[in-house]
Amino acid sequence: MRRLFALIPLAALAVLAVFFWNGLGRDPREVPSVLINRPVPEFQLAGPPGQSSGLSSADLKGRVSLVSLFGSWCVSCLQEHPTLMMIRQGGELPIFGLDWRDDPVKGAEWLARNGNPYEKIGLDPAPGRVSIDFGVTGAPESFLVDRNGVIRYKQIGPITPEIWQHTLLPIVRELQK
Amino acid sequence: MNPRIVALLLVLAAPPVFAADPAEMLKDPALETRAEKIGQGLRCLVCQSESIENSNADLARDLRVIVREQVQAGQSDDQIRAFVVARYGDYVLLAPPFKTSTLLLWGGPGLFLLGGLAALRSFHRRRVGTPPPPPLSADEQRRLDQLLNNEDA
Repeated sequence: MRRLFALIPLAALAVLAVFFWNGLGRDPREVPSVLINRPVPEFQLAGPPGQSSGLSSADLKGRVSLVSLFGSWCVSCLQEHPTLMMIRQGGELPIFGLDWRDDPVKGAEWLARNGNPYEKIGLDPAPGRVSIDFGVTGAPESFLVDRNGVIRYKQIGPITPEIWQHTLLPIVRELQK
Repeated sequence: MNPRIVALLLVLAAPPVFAADPAEMLKDPALETRAEKIGQGLRCLVCQSESIENSNADLARDLRVIVREQVQAGQSDDQIRAFVVARYGDYVLLAPPFKTSTLLLWGGPGLFLLGGLAALRSFHRRRVGTPPPPPLSADEQRRLDQLLNNEDA
């Protein structure tokens, strides 16, 4: 019995070690969103000139859609852009853009240069109220919204073809059922 | 004075610097102080170990602006904190709230202390509880005396 008691500190250490070891492997930037399964915030935004007339929360109802946060200043968004163009080509679902903290002219130029995968775009200039209502922490970030306008999934960081195929597309199919 | 010491003293004498741009600050010093206090308790989600008052990140600046707008609009501190938590979760609070899911977090150190005290007590008991050794036999006593006397000499 006494022997067993002596093992308690060792066991406690082992439990802590497992917790800390798991903690080491987690990306602290991936803060889980509290907005999952909540309706999208109400908003109405104008679009970048010549690229879109604007975006409002009403556009996010009726169909499963992808809301993608980007900005012409954002380097990883450029990296993600070809994947969004590919998703647009696939025609699985509409993509809506939130042009975060961007200059309207620069945003429009960026889209003219790199292609515009978005059905509609809203400009959210600083202090980015709509983006903050979406709980964004950085660009790019994307949200899968179901046909009732409820946020169902949040992707932090660029969407790669792999993430689209293996993570997002199965959820889209499920939501479209 | 040694220039290194001067440099060190200058660093130590510097007041804490906040990232808030004077242009962002509220004109009413009482409201500005309140806004700063709220902001100091909110985590910047870009740099994570800094508060939004200390961070230069754009998102932190946006949140500072929004906190100040709400202070000016007459919202209470709790209402403003609830606004941010509704969007970013409890993680955004630098001091986690006390509730069931954080019970272990807050109670953990106390549990460890209690565990340590219990261990210390049982260890102490065992020491006190050890029976004294039997008295020396006549032979052993003679030997001890001899050794002690030897040392004196």
